[in-house]
Amino acid sequence: MVEAGAWWTLLAAPALLLGFAVLAVTADAALTARDAGRPVTVSAAMRPLLAVPRALVAQPRRMPAPDRMLWRAGVVSVPVAAVLSTLVIPFGNVAVADLSVGVVWFNAMEVMTWAGLWLAGWGPNAAFSLVGGYRFLAQGLAYELPLMFALISTATGAQSLRVGDIAAAQYGLWYAVWMPVAFVVYLAGVLAFSFLGPFAYPVGQDIAGGVLSETSGVDRLMLQAGRWLWLAAGAAMAVPLFLGGGAGPALPAWAWSLIKTLLVLAALVAAVRRLPVIRADRYVEFAWVVLIPLTILQALVPALVNVNR
Amino acid sequence: MTFELLLFLAAGLFSIGLFGALSQQSIVMIMMGIELMIGGIIVAAADFWHFLAPTGSGQVVIVAAVVAMAVEMAMGFAVTTAIYRARQVDMTDMAEDLKG
Amino acid sequence: MGTTAAVLLWTLGVLALACGVLVFTLNSMARVTFALLASLVCVGGVVTVLGLPYLGVVIVLMMAMEMVIMAVFMIAYMMNPAGLTPMSMLHNKRGALAISGVVFAALTSAVFVVPWPDRPRLRSKDTTVQVGMSLMGDQMLTMVTLGFVLLATMVGATVLATNRGRYDRFGDDLDQRPARDPAGGGVGR
Repeated sequence: MVEAGAWWTLLAAPALLLGFAVLAVTADAALTARDAGRPVTVSAAMRPLLAVPRALVAQPRRMPAPDRMLWRAGVVSVPVAAVLSTLVIPFGNVAVADLSVGVVWFNAMEVMTWAGLWLAGWGPNAAFSLVGGYRFLAQGLAYELPLMFALISTATGAQSLRVGDIAAAQYGLWYAVWMPVAFVVYLAGVLAFSFLGPFAYPVGQDIAGGVLSETSGVDRLMLQAGRWLWLAAGAAMAVPLFLGGGAGPALPAWAWSLIKTLLVLAALVAAVRRLPVIRADRYVEFAWVVLIPLTILQALVPALVNVNR
Repeated sequence: MTFELLLFLAAGLFSIGLFGALSQQSIVMIMMGIELMIGGIIVAAADFWHFLAPTGSGQVVIVAAVVAMAVEMAMGFAVTTAIYRARQVDMTDMAEDLKG
Repeated sequence: MGTTAAVLLWTLGVLALACGVLVFTLNSMARVTFALLASLVCVGGVVTVLGLPYLGVVIVLMMAMEMVIMAVFMIAYMMNPAGLTPMSMLHNKRGALAISGVVFAALTSAVFVVPWPDRPRLRSKDTTVQVGMSLMGDQMLTMVTLGFVLLATMVGATVLATNRGRYDRFGDDLDQRPARDPAGGGVGR
């Protein structure tokens, strides 16, 4: 059973999340080095981390008439929402706060990035930046409903919104096995709310970096960190929702959580690098015409199974 | 006393929203006023649920209020879009005559 | 009700009122929208503290989505979205102030004059189950009605907002394939 952690888990959870995010970034850099034919060394993998001290000392870029308050609020809320979402994710048998409405909490925090990213686009008073913000909203309207139905499928299966109960309900058979549609849609949703890989449309090259185009220094660091923190949080949440949480033979629960999270994270990083960017106007039709009916049918499956139980 | 203070909060939110809905000219701003009024109703309903009637039906009042919010938003934006498309206005004062 | 809950309620309540006032005093449309979001998030917090975590978090979730969409429409339809030059778009301010003042006074006096019954009743342990059982049980009719209202809203809002019919899409003889749409889609077009 999942239990609430001691006070120090409040510090350990963000640190762990940051560790996963840094691992994902370095793995991505190592794969980039390999694809470019450079030797895959530790220094090549660590290269993107050099941007952190550089960002901290960088001269901030000034725009004419920015809405500095909203800009700051938006930029900060993306990584903060990612960290807050991890409160309900059990690691092994411990969660910081195993709320009775954990799934809804995770979803609400994820929706907070809509507001944050739109504000980050609005704040600098620049056209491409705002276009990037709008693009994220268009994308959000596409990915959000299938993602919600995927989350609802797992909650229906476990008859509980508590993430710990959902992990415990998969004793014997993972939800990833008998709810494959929900699992795939969830992973696509993770890529979408961390706007990476195929969903990097709001920060597209064609609009000079979109939301990121006018940010500099610490602001840019926050947004970039927010992306990878969300990827890590999404990977960590996939484990209790679809992969049985910390359950597994021989090893202790925390080790299984660690292994499963790393595997999901590795799969996501590989997907980020392989898939091309998809335009929101294309994805929105696919999401509403194909994914929403499929995920509704998927949510029907655990409902019927529970009726017969 | 908490019960009365929360009802006071609900009354405050409702009155601020009412002022906005009555005084604003832009349709989108009027909708913001209505949102605040429904926010006040939600606070009052949660307050009544907690202190007077902790039943399931008490919670259904909040669900109904939230649905009212969603309906109001969707229809409000649709009407704004329709009026704007017909005559390029988004202010109530310019849309008061029936003929376009 | 413990001290923590009381402190939380006070903080959230004052914040909700302050942000509510800001909605009609700020100039920038974006700031106005997000002041309203802050106010309604505080309302969600109050609902959560009062023991309804599901409804509270759902209100936060829904309001965040709604307000971001509202910001888009706000900027699409209103002049002066950034509020760089102060402007006022009010009518009948005095009358509105009088009416809302009277309503506020009436509501407040009613709140403090009415002898509310003092019945500390047993609250359900799992309020999420309670609302679910209620919606799927004795309040089933309410649920069905709300469902129909939402369906009617979806259809009605789409009809009002679109200016293109099937003849625009498929041509005069309805035989144009693929449809003539301003934006392409992801499924076969």
